[in-house]
Amino acid sequence: MDQQDKTTRPSLLRQGAAAAWPICLGYFPIGLALGVLAQQAGLPWWAMAMMSILVFAGSAQFICVAMLAAKASIPAIIFTTLVVNLRHTLMSSALAVYLAGVNRKFLTVFSYGITDESFAVNMTHFKNGQWDRWRALVVNHLSNSVWILATVTGTLVGQFVPQGAFGIDYALTGMFICLLVFQLQGRIYILTGLLAALISVTWYLLIPGDSYIVGASVCAATLGYLLKRRYRSSK
Amino acid sequence: MTFSEYLFLFGGMGLVTYLPRALPLLYLAHKQLPQWLIDWLSLIPVAVLSALLAPSLFADAADRSFSLGKAEFIVAIPTLIFALKTRSLGGTVLVGMLLYWLTSFFM
Repeated sequence: MDQQDKTTRPSLLRQGAAAAWPICLGYFPIGLALGVLAQQAGLPWWAMAMMSILVFAGSAQFICVAMLAAKASIPAIIFTTLVVNLRHTLMSSALAVYLAGVNRKFLTVFSYGITDESFAVNMTHFKNGQWDRWRALVVNHLSNSVWILATVTGTLVGQFVPQGAFGIDYALTGMFICLLVFQLQGRIYILTGLLAALISVTWYLLIPGDSYIVGASVCAATLGYLLKRRYRSSK
Repeated sequence: MTFSEYLFLFGGMGLVTYLPRALPLLYLAHKQLPQWLIDWLSLIPVAVLSALLAPSLFADAADRSFSLGKAEFIVAIPTLIFALKTRSLGGTVLVGMLLYWLTSFFM
């Protein structure tokens, strides 16, 4: 890992940016939309900036704006945020495999930028081997910068942007599809992915809230792991 | 709301967002992980991606009902084939966007 640290800073930034641009492309319209909603809910631009800096979590921020518009209490909003963001404990744990032994100062800064999107991109690159923590950090912070910029822009000019232009709403879906393809490195991965899809749709239809993400991920990974172990021991 | 009320709200939200992201990493990165945990965690990315994606393709968000003919799903098929053939992240994102944009004229 430290051998790669010796590469020049511009190339590090360039490779990080090359990996991050699909995230940024997806974040921009979503951030704009959030900014527009926030402005309609009465948030000034500086409050939007403060929120995106302190809370880098898209879905929680959307929920917060909706709850503020509905005059919810501050403890209720904070509690909801906690529940919505618990899924990141899973991603943080999975990243630990590739960041083993890295100093705590770095991890403290790095953790701030763990989102669904940066996790998926960084894990794919870590798995392929051509990746290190500094490039991963660039991905996290570039995405964050674009997010802050987009949400603040949304509060200022968002109402002039047409809805759904150029299919930009599909950017993150497209990215997730391709990252999923990268993850399919064997029969057990395909099986786990199919199980996760089946469980998450069922869970989503039956149980309100966001628990389907963590619920389906844990169930599918566990089933996949057990199947793999059984297959191995039966040989 | 005043500045300090916003600061209190977003500070609290920030804390409960940050801790679930930081604590597992800070704890596990300095532990010798058992092999079964590494094996299990290696299946987490595919499971998370699939769990995030599937409901957006197969379910209606408005009333949480099953739906098989969504534009999101129809566009996902050629997008998936493109991703399998080219393995290009940027290209897949652009193809998906283009197709999704085109369906908005027909659906």
